Amino acid sequence: MSIATHNLRWEAGGRLIVDGVTLNAVPGRMLGLVGPNGSGKSSLLRLIGGLRRASAGLVTLGDCDMRTLPRPAIARRIAFVAQQAATEEDVTVEDVVRLGRTPHRGPLAGWTGRDQQAVDQALMQTGLAAKRRQSWHTLSGGEKQRAQIARALAQAPTELLLDEPTNHLDVQHQLEILELVSHLPLTSIVALHDLNLAALYCDEVVVLMAGRVMAAGAPLKVLTPSLIRTVFGVAAAIGRSPIDGRPHLYLAPVAAAVQPVSEHLRQSA
Amino acid sequence: MPLALVVAASLAALILAVALAVGIGELAVSFADVFRAIANRLFAAGYPVPPIQEGVIWDYRLARALVAACCGAGLALSGVILQALLRNPLADPYVLGISAGASTGAVAVAILGLGAGALTLSGGAFCGAVLAFLLVALLAAGTGGGTERIILAGIAGSQLFHALTAYIVTASANAEQSRGIMFWLLGSLGGVRWGDVGLAAPVALLGFLVCQFHARALDAFAFGTDAAASLGVPVTRVRLVLFAATAAMTATMVSLVGAIGFVGLVIPHAARFIVGPHHARLLPAAMLVGAVFMVLADIASRMMVPQQVLPIGVVTALIGAPAFALLLYRARKKGV
Repeated sequence: MSIATHNLRWEAGGRLIVDGVTLNAVPGRMLGLVGPNGSGKSSLLRLIGGLRRASAGLVTLGDCDMRTLPRPAIARRIAFVAQQAATEEDVTVEDVVRLGRTPHRGPLAGWTGRDQQAVDQALMQTGLAAKRRQSWHTLSGGEKQRAQIARALAQAPTELLLDEPTNHLDVQHQLEILELVSHLPLTSIVALHDLNLAALYCDEVVVLMAGRVMAAGAPLKVLTPSLIRTVFGVAAAIGRSPIDGRPHLYLAPVAAAVQPVSEHLRQSA
Repeated sequence: MPLALVVAASLAALILAVALAVGIGELAVSFADVFRAIANRLFAAGYPVPPIQEGVIWDYRLARALVAACCGAGLALSGVILQALLRNPLADPYVLGISAGASTGAVAVAILGLGAGALTLSGGAFCGAVLAFLLVALLAAGTGGGTERIILAGIAGSQLFHALTAYIVTASANAEQSRGIMFWLLGSLGGVRWGDVGLAAPVALLGFLVCQFHARALDAFAFGTDAAASLGVPVTRVRLVLFAATAAMTATMVSLVGAIGFVGLVIPHAARFIVGPHHARLLPAAMLVGAVFMVLADIASRMMVPQQVLPIGVVTALIGAPAFALLLYRARKKGV
């Protein structure tokens, strides 16, 4: 058993943001959360990570109700990577990654060989070993995201939560980050905007709309044109990528679906 | 720079500064006599020092220098904590109106007799400090939070509490009292005695231990409260404990020597420049640098105008305001 939610609800400012979500993350697999802006992806991730307190329902970690676990115990299992990380402090890449060891150390305990090993390994896995002494503020957006993932890996988690890790990144770095995460031997839950990236890398997806689960299952079974039209309000068709022959989602505004594209081109010419 | 070296160097600087502060004054005393007099009192060493000199050294100047050191330490620690928890390089007890709230609390006890004798001056200052902090935090949260909001809320808070203090003094104090209080408000170490050391030293030391115990949690706040929570830091409890420690340190120092600005703001940045951003190193460094700075500022306040003692707050502001401007300028360049 990994993480599961049971009829989870969360209200903020009198509005219901997460409305009765039940889901189950399969151990060692990558679960994608997709849905339009404001569908509750980020809030759901924060509830799962124990960063917000649910109004009703519960989150279970293994067989435990998460509310019964102390904060450090949760942090030794679940690592969380936010959409964008910023700091005023003049820290190096290694300083950031070392933060990942916080839940494993007492307030007065020294830095052990095991801590250093975890940090070195995380830097290696994310390809940041050469930049360990570099200041955080000199990193590019993609490197900052990778440094945060390295910090999360140094936590030695069994579950990894990522909130739109590909936001603000160029295409190459988007693929790089998801490639990295999908090969980690962890259970991961990832909020994603890009449906094709979700289809490409996730073992399973959960589609959210207005805080409710609209569908869940294998990406290609779930992300059907009719569901995409209902949830995202765009027209969709499934074809094959000419690069690798894998299924690919083609998306267009609903109006464009009424007449073929060639018609459009002729008109505008 | 290794921390041990920084601590050793600043401890040596502190002893030297205190000795200097004790030696300087209308009655000039040589370094040797300073140490002889202290040895006489501490170990009954029996050196021949004129009794008047020994009295001045021990009863007045040493107590004054030690309280100055404790105030510098306490204010610098408060600055480090506030800057870390609020993630704002411009946060300090003075800017956020906590010092102003403490002044109002102390004045309310001294002039209005609030608490009917059950509340000491520093107790009143603590209540005022907590009240000011809550008000500023509420105002900042109510206007949408964010790092600039809390500074703006702090400005509003300090203005309000300054006005309240002025109102209480004008409405209820006699001429003698108001002269004394106006001088104290600008920061004054005159009239400090050993009893005050007995209050300032334990508060500064205890405050330091509480902060140092949370050094690792403070590091985890670098990327915000959610990031700290996801690293296993019990955010609510840690913030509560550390804000209370900050309020206690600020209130104690304000009740003893008045609201002194810029120490809590500038010293943490100076310490960061020397030992880097890690709180396990930053806290002791800031404490010692703050102590040295305040003792030196006290010496300056007694020497700048002949035959007069400047309020120490004037000295710290004369040094601190340009440093504040420099910080603002650097923050702009970093695009913060």
